[in-house]
Amino acid sequence: MNITVCIKRTPDTETRVRIAEDGVSIDSGGVKYIVSPYDEFAVEAALRMRDAAGEGAVTVVTLGEASAAEQLRSALAMGADKALLLEGQAGMDGLATARALATEIQGHDAPLVLFGVKAADDDAQQVGPMVATLLERPCVTAVGEFELNGTTARCHREVEGGTEVVDVDLPAVLTITKGAFEPRYASLKGIMAAKRKPLEQKAADVPASRVTLEALELPPARPDGRIVGEGPEAAAELVRLLREEAKVL
Amino acid sequence: MGDVLAFAEQRDGVVRGVTHEVVSAGAGLAQSLGGECHALAVGGDGLAEAVSGLGGAGAARVKVAAHGSLAGYAAEAYARIVADTARDGGYAAVLFPATAVGKDLAPRVAALLDVPLASDATEVSADGGAVVVKRPVYAGKAFARLRMEASPAVVSLRPNVFPVEERGAAGAVETVAVDVDPSSWGARVVEFRSAAAGSLDVSEASVVVAGGRGMKDPEHWTLLEALRDALGADVAALGASRAVVDAGWRPHGEQVGQTGKTVSPKLYVAVGISGAIQHLAGMRTSGTIVAVNKDPDAPIFGVADYGIVGDLFEVVPRLTDEVRALKSGA
Repeated sequence: MNITVCIKRTPDTETRVRIAEDGVSIDSGGVKYIVSPYDEFAVEAALRMRDAAGEGAVTVVTLGEASAAEQLRSALAMGADKALLLEGQAGMDGLATARALATEIQGHDAPLVLFGVKAADDDAQQVGPMVATLLERPCVTAVGEFELNGTTARCHREVEGGTEVVDVDLPAVLTITKGAFEPRYASLKGIMAAKRKPLEQKAADVPASRVTLEALELPPARPDGRIVGEGPEAAAELVRLLREEAKVL
Repeated sequence: MGDVLAFAEQRDGVVRGVTHEVVSAGAGLAQSLGGECHALAVGGDGLAEAVSGLGGAGAARVKVAAHGSLAGYAAEAYARIVADTARDGGYAAVLFPATAVGKDLAPRVAALLDVPLASDATEVSADGGAVVVKRPVYAGKAFARLRMEASPAVVSLRPNVFPVEERGAAGAVETVAVDVDPSSWGARVVEFRSAAAGSLDVSEASVVVAGGRGMKDPEHWTLLEALRDALGADVAALGASRAVVDAGWRPHGEQVGQTGKTVSPKLYVAVGISGAIQHLAGMRTSGTIVAVNKDPDAPIFGVADYGIVGDLFEVVPRLTDEVRALKSGA
């Protein structure tokens, strides 16, 4: 089975965010970029499904700047077969991103299209189900685990207070969250092999953004806190403060 | 026209608490846009009765799309109903709660309407007739201020952030005609597996008791469960740091931080959590933060309003007793 996985280049989750001088972007100095962690779960899921089927190819796709080739190589090193870089800007208008991806994916012979449930930068959690809607394919989001049964997939979807089990007809779009697909580390052999795997590059067809990013701000600083005390004796005073000062009890 | 459509989420025929937040925020936005807020509930039979109270939160009208096959969340059908209602009513904005259902539904509705979506907003307002949204990015390490240039503006709202104001709008219930064919759905929910009975989700709780590596063993979570129960199991939920989720001690659904959930409860109690930057990002917008940690230099104390330095195995049981005493005396 052929599987297409959409991934994104994002800052490492350990990054200390600083706002750049333009006020609408982050200062990228010293920032390490990674494959968004949820997208790694999606790549891992795709590799396992391909290997279990014993046939088919995993294609990783990203919409981004030329530098995102680095993340495509990471996915190839994990074991994906080929990569496609759609050169363009993935901004705050997720529907514009979804349109560019849908235009590309429409032509893929891939009954399964996977995304990470969200990207570690925008946290918007929207491009996967938007692509599915544009392609008129069914979609299950926040899938921690799934199995393929011929023409359907049985998905375990994380919701408040439990798990929904959802059967979905293929072709389908799934967005993957943390669960059964702990990503593998790329082996040295994988890293060497990735250099020879095909990485195609072409211009993305991204519609004009209809969301204007007016400002990026750091969260307001929290007021200075205090140490109420040491050891269990401080518990009574803490409860008094929570009740009388913070008024949360 | 400046009307606002608020998606009224229900589960098992009961309107969820977060729905009141969305309707109330919708009524506030509608007022600035010179229109009315209308709620739209999609669900099973008997829904009209369940939603009749939404006038109190500010819904001038409550539209009800009920059908036996829609009792549980059915993404494709729900999306079509909401999109059709939004289009027919010429709304200026369509609001959702940023819950599991809302996060799944809003992008589909936005795509059907061919307009962008702003997810998980913590502020929404009108500026010169346009909708302006503030939303966290990088899991709360920064906030983006966005101007939505297409109409309707589709926005999902973070639970626990928007206050519910008593507005006493009419809340007249109207029926929306639905035409559903479950045999055409590409995705079908076959089963719901409940987590621990009655447990509240960390993203929706107004009190969170979170544990980290300092808990030393998954069995020690009974201490945190006791504190949660003392604080009120109906309002409090358990949370976890990434380290203990990665170790397999706690389920991912409880993880707070950049690869988990971003939460804003009234009270966040961090126990044995040192405060990695990606965890702090996920909880720093909480109302009041309490930290219990044996290391006085732990970064968690940098964001905490109140801290206790000490052995959590001694501090937490005492804290639980004190909370119990307070609640029974109150």
